Amino acid sequence: MLQKRVIVCLDVKDGKTTKGVRFKGNIEVGDPVEMAEEYYRQGVDELVFYDITASHEKRGIMIDVVRRVAEKIFIPFAVGGGIASLDDMRRVILAGAEKVSVNSQAVKNPQIIRQGADLFGNQCIVLGMDAAKDDTMPSGYRVYINGGRTSTELDALEWAQRAVELGAGEVVINSIDADGTREGYEIPLTRILSTSLEVPVVASGGAGSSSHLIDVLTDGKADAALIASMVHMQGYTVGGIKNDLSKAGVPVRLD
Amino acid sequence: MKRVGVVDYDAGNLTSVRTALKYVEAEYIISSQPDELENTDTLIFPGVGEAGAAMEKLKNRGLDKFLRDYFSSKRPMLGICLGSQIVLSTSEEKETECLGLLSGVARRFPRNSGLKVPHMGWNQVSPVGTSLLFKDIPDNTSFYFVHSYYPDPEEVSAVIARSEYGITFTAALKKDNLQAVQFHPEKSGKWGLKVLHNFLTEGA
Repeated sequence: MLQKRVIVCLDVKDGKTTKGVRFKGNIEVGDPVEMAEEYYRQGVDELVFYDITASHEKRGIMIDVVRRVAEKIFIPFAVGGGIASLDDMRRVILAGAEKVSVNSQAVKNPQIIRQGADLFGNQCIVLGMDAAKDDTMPSGYRVYINGGRTSTELDALEWAQRAVELGAGEVVINSIDADGTREGYEIPLTRILSTSLEVPVVASGGAGSSSHLIDVLTDGKADAALIASMVHMQGYTVGGIKNDLSKAGVPVRLD
Repeated sequence: MKRVGVVDYDAGNLTSVRTALKYVEAEYIISSQPDELENTDTLIFPGVGEAGAAMEKLKNRGLDKFLRDYFSSKRPMLGICLGSQIVLSTSEEKETECLGLLSGVARRFPRNSGLKVPHMGWNQVSPVGTSLLFKDIPDNTSFYFVHSYYPDPEEVSAVIARSEYGITFTAALKKDNLQAVQFHPEKSGKWGLKVLHNFLTEGA
């Protein structure tokens, strides 16, 4: 039976892991390679490294992080943040990443999804999407870019469907409303996408307890749940969360 | 120590295979040259992407003939992911003629069955009988899969592990000195590394 995945996200700035609240006020929490190794030992199913480095000159630091992670952990991991070209994709994939995540850049230039999928395969291309509630949109959610700061005219579901047509092999849906609140994932948004798309959907934003993961993986129909501060700052372990999921009847990989 | 050859035919990223082999302390070369690969004791051929394109790339480098000859030489071989499909006679993916090291067809997961395709993520694998590849690995251990097609060997005896995704499908197969896994051992944590270790120490 296919297992539900628990994915840990590490926001990396200038080579250090940070965790922000509602996209602002990031604080440093540790070395991404050491943290990746620790979560690997705890049984995480996948990792996402999100490069939030502001300056272009420091982007090379991220490639070095990716390379060091690839030598230490033997599970899939994705890299996102600032992926704007096929060259950017190639660099992180050759450094050892399994997947690349495109977000704002894909909104600005949707063809990057098709080009990336043609070159590296659909399974390599993840659409990352930030969305917030908006009753004027057909699905009830509007897409935002630039770390949630800039609104677009795109409807969340329509954009996700278009991205999948273009070749995205997975969609990570981050709720701006829920992100950083620790009050639970945005279940309706996750469910709309997961039941409409033919590719796996990863829920992101709002996790504060194991019950939130249980909810989004059952009611929300998500294929995977992304967590960050629960394990970075709240004292949860990946193993503990997965035990909670298993006890609740959610199929997860325990060893 | 056995010398391992990894077939590089530009079908997917070999970084993770390389780091995993380094981790299990294998002595390996990665090459697209038949003459270099010939000078090895055992062979790994990974691959992702589309079967037709992969066969094309193999042919362009003379690697299709090389793989058939290597199979005849009785040295151990391990196919990974697409490598478990192109050893069969044909693939439903654009009706591609494959290597034909054993009879069978690479089939697509059923469409409109409510299942998401590609089959992506960790899925449980049940070895059939006693397989050296799965030695000391518990039944129903999860491995990482990413694929839309799966190998369907003609002879049931070739199946050494199965998995479930809407249907029951072959997750690993064996014929003589050839073994192949549909999942990615190099991305499947400690048990994946164990599969690679088993292959390198136990052979076929």
